[in-house]
Amino acid sequence: MEPIIEFKNFSFKYRSQKEPTLKDINLKIYPGEKVLIIGPSGSGKSTLAHCINGLVPFSYSGEITGEYTIAGKDPKKLDIFELSKSVGTVLQDTDGQFIGLTVAEDLAFALENDEVPTKELHERVDKIAKEVDVKNLLEHAPTELSGGQKQRVSMGGVMISDVDILLLDEPLANLDPATGKHTMELIDEINKSKGTTIVVIEHRLEDALFRGADRIVVVGDGKIVSDSTPDELICKDILEEQGIREPLYVTAIKHAGGKLTEEMTPSRIDTIDVSSVKELVKSWHDKNAVFCEEEKGETILEGKDIYFSYDGKEKVLENVNFSVSKGEMLAIVGKNGAGKSTLSSLICGFNKPTSGELLFRGKDMSDLSIAERGEKIGLVMQNPNHMISKPMIFDEVALGLSIRGIPEKEIKERVEKILRVCGLYPFRNWPISALSFGQKKRVTIASILVMDPEIMILDEPTAGQDYRHYTEIMNFLKDINEKLGVTIIMITHDMHLMLEYTKRALVLADGKILADTTPARVLTDETLSDKAYLKKTSLYDLAEMCDIEDPTAFCETFIAFEQRER
Amino acid sequence: MSRVLSYEEKNTWIHRLCGVTKLIFFLLWSLTSMLTYDTRVLLVMLVLSIVILRASKTEWRQIGTVFKFILFFLFINLIAIYVLAPNQGTLIYGTDTYVCHLFKGHDLNQEMIFYEINVFLKYMTVVPTVFIFLVTTNPSEFAASMNRVGISYKIGYAIAISLRYIPDIQSDFVKIKNAQQARGIEMAKKAPFFQRIKHICAILFPLVFSSMDRIDVVSNAMELRGFGKHKKRTWYMGKALKKSDYIVVAFVVLFSAVALFVTFRDGSRFYNPFI
Repeated sequence: MEPIIEFKNFSFKYRSQKEPTLKDINLKIYPGEKVLIIGPSGSGKSTLAHCINGLVPFSYSGEITGEYTIAGKDPKKLDIFELSKSVGTVLQDTDGQFIGLTVAEDLAFALENDEVPTKELHERVDKIAKEVDVKNLLEHAPTELSGGQKQRVSMGGVMISDVDILLLDEPLANLDPATGKHTMELIDEINKSKGTTIVVIEHRLEDALFRGADRIVVVGDGKIVSDSTPDELICKDILEEQGIREPLYVTAIKHAGGKLTEEMTPSRIDTIDVSSVKELVKSWHDKNAVFCEEEKGETILEGKDIYFSYDGKEKVLENVNFSVSKGEMLAIVGKNGAGKSTLSSLICGFNKPTSGELLFRGKDMSDLSIAERGEKIGLVMQNPNHMISKPMIFDEVALGLSIRGIPEKEIKERVEKILRVCGLYPFRNWPISALSFGQKKRVTIASILVMDPEIMILDEPTAGQDYRHYTEIMNFLKDINEKLGVTIIMITHDMHLMLEYTKRALVLADGKILADTTPARVLTDETLSDKAYLKKTSLYDLAEMCDIEDPTAFCETFIAFEQRER
Repeated sequence: MSRVLSYEEKNTWIHRLCGVTKLIFFLLWSLTSMLTYDTRVLLVMLVLSIVILRASKTEWRQIGTVFKFILFFLFINLIAIYVLAPNQGTLIYGTDTYVCHLFKGHDLNQEMIFYEINVFLKYMTVVPTVFIFLVTTNPSEFAASMNRVGISYKIGYAIAISLRYIPDIQSDFVKIKNAQQARGIEMAKKAPFFQRIKHICAILFPLVFSSMDRIDVVSNAMELRGFGKHKKRTWYMGKALKKSDYIVVAFVVLFSAVALFVTFRDGSRFYNPFI
């Protein structure tokens, strides 16, 4: 069979760069295959995707050496439009990809551009809407859709042109774990029922493997470092070398001293055969079991009977009670729209609760202005570009102080101190535009820390970060938490984050607090994790398979072990 | 607020008209109203626009807030005209029929009252048609309509896409404003002018830069789905012109012609009852 995508000794160099981003790529993908391309940020995996869909060289120009064919044609001789008939791309940012004013128009967009008559448009939109299950949403505007629904529309919008190849760029990045599961199911269905070739770019390996894959291609530093079946890959050390997170249950087995072999089919938790490592895992758990001692500091922030509604009718928050102790690292979890962001906006004073009170160190905060609260409680937004308003790093970090009229000498001292804490001191005179996304995030955290807040709220601190950067940011936050004693509240749906870095999770669902317990308990309780749109962790399944009585305790053992090792 | 003046699906003959028909109607109607000061024409137009507004089943809650807002500014406008040019009526109509004395230098005469009534009528004839156009035309149809009257689809789509992203940018704006306020940037009116400008920049820069990122994504997404491939494109929301559309267009053309003829027959835009 002829490959549908083929790269032969292929290299690519962006016009603005000295070194080639892709080096000597040899890759064959056959029709009907489902291939996962993984690699850390900056490895060149997105550039590889751009070569497949034609953004390289048609939108991002550069120098190509070697040969490649897509759907049997030489892309250099086509244009991006011709290529888009064979390759459908679903971008990571489904908000940006949603072009139409309504779902129906967005689905029709590609066909409209191809001058398909209006009558036929309606027929084909109806058909594709059924396939991606958005039939009852056709009249909806993008603002009325959830992240998962938007993504389904994006998929429909490219599949409507009967593409041979569906290319998905980090489809899981903006979704909560439960929705991510549905996405992988849908991709699998499309692959099986229509025979569409699927190429998924991801760095969340465990989630991407939920429904398996035919092959995994690992890209590292512009080269293909591995091309094998998932089972083969899991047994090798390549993941660790490349800074890609292996599935949690795999890590746990390795901690226990178990050896993985291909025969165990270890790439999926639902296929793995643990009989050979069962006893090892069990005894490891018994040896390392921990008892979490409950130590509680003084209460710093408290919410009492909070109700909130934007329009006086629909309750966004209902009977919310919570308390946060000094020095805690706490996660607020729940699906989009559960009220997480609303709660943080009440704490920061952007909105006022309809009833109930918020206490800071026992004092009601309702009389404090936004700026006054900002000195005690700092907020770091998800997108650093939403916060940065100065061209230079020093000025950006100094902004909060200079606005408060603090003398210049003191500003300089405080800013430099914080820049050192944040590892940004060497860059202090750099323009912010020269920084990477992760570094920008640090700048925004520094610009909040400089005001000496007692509590810091972070909205999805690790969104869009690969494992290495994720670890960097989280260790940094942990440091701040320990060294400066700043209480840290994180709004997140990253299960790893809550499991590894927080001791407590508030679960919000439909505006109510559903649970206030340890992350391990949330992620091993199926009803609870379902309601929070999270996913039961694979550690739970592993514990069950190994006949460990208390899977939650196993989870805690694992986390404690990881923290000790790190 | 988002619901005010936005399109609402209803089943009336006006809703069923093509967007392009309504666009032509609105443009010609406003042009006529702008040109004429003939009270008889204006009265006929006022009655007609109220009839159409009723026929479109537009409800008060859809337009009430904005209507009150317009009325408020209209009255300020009317008062300003009187304060600044109390003899405008006499200048136009040539007579001075004393009514009463108001304050220093400002007598009130019938001509002035009549002139102000005409100004008021002009607004009142246009405002309902604006409302009708906005609340009965699906925004999705704007681009298709503009393309129909001969404007390039790329321009039409630029407008459609800004309608698409306005809510996103609005929510970005609120987020950024909140975060900057928390850092101590007050939007208070007390601050000196230059400081306020600086503070506004602290919100606008992040907004502009994050919007630029978005533009990059959106243009890639559009290109990957073949936007700009051909000289023409079709429209999912495009409607074929029907008999009723032709009737409406014919009516508005005819009406404008007659109205302008009646207005300018005596060589003046004004209808003068004082002579």
